[in-house]
Amino acid sequence: MGRVLAVIIWIITLLSVLLFVAGKWWFPEGISQHAPALDRQFLITIVVVGISFTAAQVGLGWMIWKYRDTGSASDRAVYTHGSNRLEVLWTVITAVIFISLGVMGQSVWASLRLHDAPAGSYTVEVVAQQFQWNFHYAGKDNKFGRTDPKFIDDGSLNFIGLDATDTAGADDAVTSALAIPVNRPVELRLRSKDVIHNFWVPQLRFKQDLVPGMEIKVHFTANKVGKYELACAELCGQLHFKMKSYMLVLPEEEIQQLQGMAQEQFQAKMLELLNKYPLPTYR
Amino acid sequence: MSAELHDEVHRHPAPTSFIRKYIFSVDHKVIGIQYIMLALAAVLVGMTMSLLMRLNLSWPGTHWPILETLFPTGAPQGVMTPEFYLSLVTMHGTIMVFFVLTTAPQGGFGNYFLPIQIGAEDMAFPVLNMLSFWVTLVGFIVILLAIFVEGNQALGLWFAEHLGPSFSGGSGTVGPIGGWTGYAPLSALGKIAGPGQGAGMNLWVISIAIFCVGSLLGALNFITTLLNMRTKGMSLMRMPLTCWAWFTTAVLALLSFPVLLGGGILLLLDRIAGTSFFIPSGLYVSGLLSGTNPNFPLHTGGSPILWQHLFWFFGHPEVYIAILPGMGATSHILATFARKPIFGYRAMVFAIFAIGLLGFFVWGHHMFISGMSPYSAIAFSVLTLSIGVPSAVKTFNWIGTLWGARIRFTTAMLFALGFVSLFVAGGITGLILGQSSLDLPMHDTYIVTAHFHLVMGVASIFGMFAALYFWFPKMFGRLMNENLGRIHFWLTFVGVYTIFVPMHIMGIVGMPRRYSSFAEYEFLRTLHPLVMLVSVAAVITISAQLLFYFNVFWSIFKGKKAGDNPWEATTLEWTTATPPPHDNFAGVLPTVYHGPYEFAVPGAPNDYVMQTDVGAEVPSGNGHNGHKH
Repeated sequence: MGRVLAVIIWIITLLSVLLFVAGKWWFPEGISQHAPALDRQFLITIVVVGISFTAAQVGLGWMIWKYRDTGSASDRAVYTHGSNRLEVLWTVITAVIFISLGVMGQSVWASLRLHDAPAGSYTVEVVAQQFQWNFHYAGKDNKFGRTDPKFIDDGSLNFIGLDATDTAGADDAVTSALAIPVNRPVELRLRSKDVIHNFWVPQLRFKQDLVPGMEIKVHFTANKVGKYELACAELCGQLHFKMKSYMLVLPEEEIQQLQGMAQEQFQAKMLELLNKYPLPTYR
Repeated sequence: MSAELHDEVHRHPAPTSFIRKYIFSVDHKVIGIQYIMLALAAVLVGMTMSLLMRLNLSWPGTHWPILETLFPTGAPQGVMTPEFYLSLVTMHGTIMVFFVLTTAPQGGFGNYFLPIQIGAEDMAFPVLNMLSFWVTLVGFIVILLAIFVEGNQALGLWFAEHLGPSFSGGSGTVGPIGGWTGYAPLSALGKIAGPGQGAGMNLWVISIAIFCVGSLLGALNFITTLLNMRTKGMSLMRMPLTCWAWFTTAVLALLSFPVLLGGGILLLLDRIAGTSFFIPSGLYVSGLLSGTNPNFPLHTGGSPILWQHLFWFFGHPEVYIAILPGMGATSHILATFARKPIFGYRAMVFAIFAIGLLGFFVWGHHMFISGMSPYSAIAFSVLTLSIGVPSAVKTFNWIGTLWGARIRFTTAMLFALGFVSLFVAGGITGLILGQSSLDLPMHDTYIVTAHFHLVMGVASIFGMFAALYFWFPKMFGRLMNENLGRIHFWLTFVGVYTIFVPMHIMGIVGMPRRYSSFAEYEFLRTLHPLVMLVSVAAVITISAQLLFYFNVFWSIFKGKKAGDNPWEATTLEWTTATPPPHDNFAGVLPTVYHGPYEFAVPGAPNDYVMQTDVGAEVPSGNGHNGHKH
């Protein structure tokens, strides 16, 4: 019985490790400036995790394999209550490894979250609502038109409550897909009209909740042109799984073109761009 | 103090009527069994729900005739709707976390064995103990009611008529939509926010609040009993590790459940009294602006993140409430069947304490991307990684206990060994998820689902399986069938790994949890074979649990008769009759002379020395570690 269990533990360990190193399933290719650093930190961590997991399971299996009851009354287990030296040793070693990992794990976070977006960032307001994304672009004047919940009217397509009397909003555009420039810092100002949503683009290695009552500013830099799927990653109700959109990472000239367009042209151009760029191919 | 006080307070005569003996019993042993039966019922509901979820994910659009009969709205023509699926997610999580993982380990086994293991006649407050069970049962009935009120149109209508419009049900789900975390404001807005947000959500909040009260009563009782009612010679450092685990769990429950209770009451007020604790101003939901319509009153000034802080201040210690008793049982059972003293008893006790203490300072790792301060995320992250240290210390000591052992592979031992393996597998990925940077891609994906199911779900359940196979003979006087038990172990052990290891990969690819379908997303298509593998493994593993249920109920009546100490174990529960008499020790409380795990003592006639064995020579004399011989 014991030997069977030991072997099964080892087989499970081997298959689990194989599943991870096989490479058939992994992150989609990163497209943000911070993605390589994040992927490296993930790799370091998963190597530590993999080694610890394997060592513990192999060790456990070994004890199970080796130390069976022989059925003889005179053959007894080793009588010991432990070893303080060992306790200190393994406490210190794990503490050093785990806490170092924890400290290392802050660097990407700190680079993204502890300072504001650099000056000259391309800014988009994101307003989420149950099962739909709205992206608000400032237009030629680089100024967002004023919004207020009291002007929101989904029926007449004023999804984000733009104030018609504010001239800054005259050249603004609101669409259901996100377009951002490549290789330039992007600031998103995240809001929600109703419940909590989450902005999630796997290739960006980036996620942030959109919380009603708050405006949360985040920033990142995308560095590969293309079209990427954008999902909601915080349970927001019945059609959560369908709250999908796309993020277009565009060359600067296409962004400039868009910026010069008013609502209708902007939307038509977005449709054209969404058709122009294919999704990445996935293995 | 207290010999006389003990007698006065605790000695109650054995009941004679059926009702007082088995239903409204104040005997901790009966109450323990009641808790275990409650958990066995609840886990059946929770498991069925997980089965339905897997069916929906892997075979979407399939007609399940039985669902059509049971839920004509939630599963029209027997096909599950997205809202039906999400209510399954919510109810599965809630029922499993609260009514399974918090009842059986603590209220069940803790209730039955803590007083016996410390040599007491009963809990300190027997009536409170009875109340804690019945309050918990009411909580369970209320959560079951949510299934029917939302699932049944007529009942939903009746609720709306009699309890007011905020209680309207019948939305064709089996409860609310919100996950077990019930994030506001989705959970706070009422039926305007979609299906399941009326009666279902109200009953969900009420059920949890009731559950909190029941758990608090239990926690008070555990702490008082352990501190005041240990028998002569039972010093703290001679207690079995199970007692340390139950004690620490009770302290965690005492400090964390009140916070959830408070949060739950505030949430209920937001829902039915128009307050705004968690609802900010200016919300626009389902085409209505807050304050412009009687169905959506004016809300202003609330904070959605406040709910998350309150919830996770409870929610993270709750993880340890679920797992610590399993750790205790595992230590206890490992030592017994290794025929060897536990390795590093003192370190084990400190590790339990360290886990309990640190467990209160890491709740923010659930909220890295919630919009809270990025600086606090750093503090929470580093603290979270450090909680891995005492967890690793426990693992090392379990493996140390097996070193040089003479292992007896009973079913209980198999499950205890399985616990160690699964605890490592599930716990170790905390090193990934605890890092704020890595949470950016990982948050709310299947790697989170995989992590907490392995470590808090499956490992805890393995601890309980081990505990039941181990203590069953003491509780019912008969052994469970070992052959069935072994088959149950093999299928479950291999099954849970097959279910949860691939989920890590899904998370790395980016699959979000709480999705009723993945068909919308191109980047998830490649995961289809894994989704199918997991579902097939889940169907087999869940079916294997029928063996367990059969074994339990068959063995209660037909199992092989057990003696007083069938496992040749050392602690006090094995010194008394099987099953123990009403006052546990037939009027004479035992005196303790040794530590809890004196196996393989050199020179002793048997390979185990009972804690009460007055004549035995034990080199260390107690459970301390580090003695040189």
